[in-house]
Amino acid sequence: MSDAAIGRPQAAGGAPAYADDVTRAFMVMSIFWGVVGFTVGLVIALQMVFPALNLDLEWTTFGRLRPLHTSAVIFAFGGTALIGTSLHIVQRTCRARLFGGAPLGWFVFFGYQFFILIAATGYVLGITQSKEYAEPEWYADLWLTIVWVAYLVAFMGTIFKREEPHIYVANWFLLGFILTIAVLHIVNNTAIPVSLFGAKSYSAYAGVQDAMIQWWYGHNAVGFFLTAGFLGMMYYIIPKQADRPVYSYRLSIVHFWALVFLYIWAGPHHLHYTALPDWAQTLGMVFSIMLWMPSWGGMINGIMTLAGAWDKLRTDPGLRFSVTAVGFYGMSTFEGPVMSIKAVNALSHYTDWTIGHVHSGALGWVGFIVFGTLYYLVPVLWRRERVYSTRLVAWHFWIATLGIVLYITAMWVSGIMQGLMWRAYDELGFLQYSFVETVVAMRPFYAIRAIGGLLYVCGSLIMAYNLWRTIRGDVASEATGVPALAAARA
Amino acid sequence: MSIRHEVIEKNVVLLAILTLVTISIGGLVQIIPLFAVESTIERVRGMRPYTPLELMGRNIYIREGCYTCHSQQVRPFKDEVERYGHYSLAAESIYDRPFQWGSKRTGPDLARVGGKYSTDWHVAHLVDPRAVVPESIMPGYRFLATRALKYDDVDQHLKALSLVGVPYSDEMIANAKADLEAQADPDADGSGLAKRYPKTVVGKFNAEVRDLTEMDALVAYLQMLGTLVRFIDLTPADLRQ
Repeated sequence: MSDAAIGRPQAAGGAPAYADDVTRAFMVMSIFWGVVGFTVGLVIALQMVFPALNLDLEWTTFGRLRPLHTSAVIFAFGGTALIGTSLHIVQRTCRARLFGGAPLGWFVFFGYQFFILIAATGYVLGITQSKEYAEPEWYADLWLTIVWVAYLVAFMGTIFKREEPHIYVANWFLLGFILTIAVLHIVNNTAIPVSLFGAKSYSAYAGVQDAMIQWWYGHNAVGFFLTAGFLGMMYYIIPKQADRPVYSYRLSIVHFWALVFLYIWAGPHHLHYTALPDWAQTLGMVFSIMLWMPSWGGMINGIMTLAGAWDKLRTDPGLRFSVTAVGFYGMSTFEGPVMSIKAVNALSHYTDWTIGHVHSGALGWVGFIVFGTLYYLVPVLWRRERVYSTRLVAWHFWIATLGIVLYITAMWVSGIMQGLMWRAYDELGFLQYSFVETVVAMRPFYAIRAIGGLLYVCGSLIMAYNLWRTIRGDVASEATGVPALAAARA
Repeated sequence: MSIRHEVIEKNVVLLAILTLVTISIGGLVQIIPLFAVESTIERVRGMRPYTPLELMGRNIYIREGCYTCHSQQVRPFKDEVERYGHYSLAAESIYDRPFQWGSKRTGPDLARVGGKYSTDWHVAHLVDPRAVVPESIMPGYRFLATRALKYDDVDQHLKALSLVGVPYSDEMIANAKADLEAQADPDADGSGLAKRYPKTVVGKFNAEVRDLTEMDALVAYLQMLGTLVRFIDLTPADLRQ
């Protein structure tokens, strides 16, 4: 494997002219969408505590803002960071300029931002397919397909003309992500528009088949967009930050093939005890449990890359984000298989436990690995010595971590409580609680969750400020701020 | 192992093809049989495509993102069956494009809400949920009660659905507009509608407003949910998947 590709200094004499302007634009938009997506999340969290905040206007109700939140965070914030970083990684690890050069890169950038824009405005206006994480209607789906093909061409083309003999492991994951998302997107979004001049379409599949295809898509949006893609990020950024090669080459190989093979089977665990035939549910459960192994293999590979460089955790708060991200990845990929066990799922499904699980993955894993990447890449791309203020990075880290802890613990309690209340019987054999009594019981936990979300938003604002100053070229004088840093250097 | 893997690491086309093959297996095994195996759909009678008015109502349900808080899938547990009714069958969503099973119950399941509450209750609840259920956290949908329903192209909707396999006959498509109006008008001659769509609830759903509103369509949809299959006729063998 090309360990050399990682260790090599950036400004080596013969380095090709990388299309860094495109990557910079991706980074800036990722920060922007992050703040937007988290803020919309905070708004809908508050709507669940104070329903008056729905304003009873059609554009501001929870039902329309929820897809706006999920898409803004997954596709706008995560996707923009992921595509941008992947273009950086593929050029650096292949020692080749982006295939198609800046023009193709800019097409992918503007094309993807345009997709986000038409999807998001559609949600607010009530244009939706109602398939979770695949809400955009047919015209936006078609446009994304074109952009995605351009992205694949740019990415694979760069690998084609690489100067390194080996394709670096991060690129396996990124290629797997791009290819699989293409397959999932096209199959799940197959629909027939009512008219070429209208937004509405009807799915090519119905009922139980539609449900299976949707959650085959939905779970692998998690598996390949939010996992494989960001694992590609991890396999590049952590070795860079730690200045160490990846812990185990062999583990990388096992991790990659096991992950891409097993993940695709896990979809039916979203449909336990539904009208989906039992055999499919059981398959989904078994493969979800098996998925625990490659997930933890990847976690070990990421964290152990720090072997011999643990001290860097103290001095580089950006690395702290990346490593904590991998920790959250390990935690949510353990929780996931547990929740896919039918007996557990009987309790957890339809409750806030699922919401908590998703957010330990989204806030902890995806969010933190992106923050870690931004704190590393922004100084590199703008040729700054370091971020404006490491002290502010540390503040961001602790505020965001506290936010996540509040969020997921609140959702654990409310989810399990709700599940238990739904199935509780009184001594006379009647259902003990009416539905609305369970809604009332959730309220304090919804409030705690909103506070957790507020902290996370605050953290992202600190980051936006810090990175803005970094881009401007400012450096904070904060020698007194991190005594450990000074001591370690002395 | 590492020696042989080198071949893949040096050939991006091979890497791409092998990745595609690897990710295809699971999906193919889980999805294809659902179309091929006949027992996937239980053998029950009573299902029919949505009436034009119900279909328009269903589109409003989708537009407003009701599925983000309400499931339409009763699981086969004692407490759920007692709370909501018979567990949901695959047969009950054969005309659902897309399906609306949902994934979260911030509010109660709606798979069998049809006929459970009066039409007036639904209208009052949708306009101001807390006027009817003080503890509710549902948004209010007052605007549905006054906005005229757009249904000029309802036949196009039926046509699009028939193209993907919903059994809307030419007669149903030709009469779509008339059927839609007849369902919301208790004084109309509803014989054609009743013949084409058995078990249809007819009435002015949004009694406050004379014209046909979006509220009429949405409530018509809610009032038919889960009412089509007569469970009393079924034997366990009919439900085996």
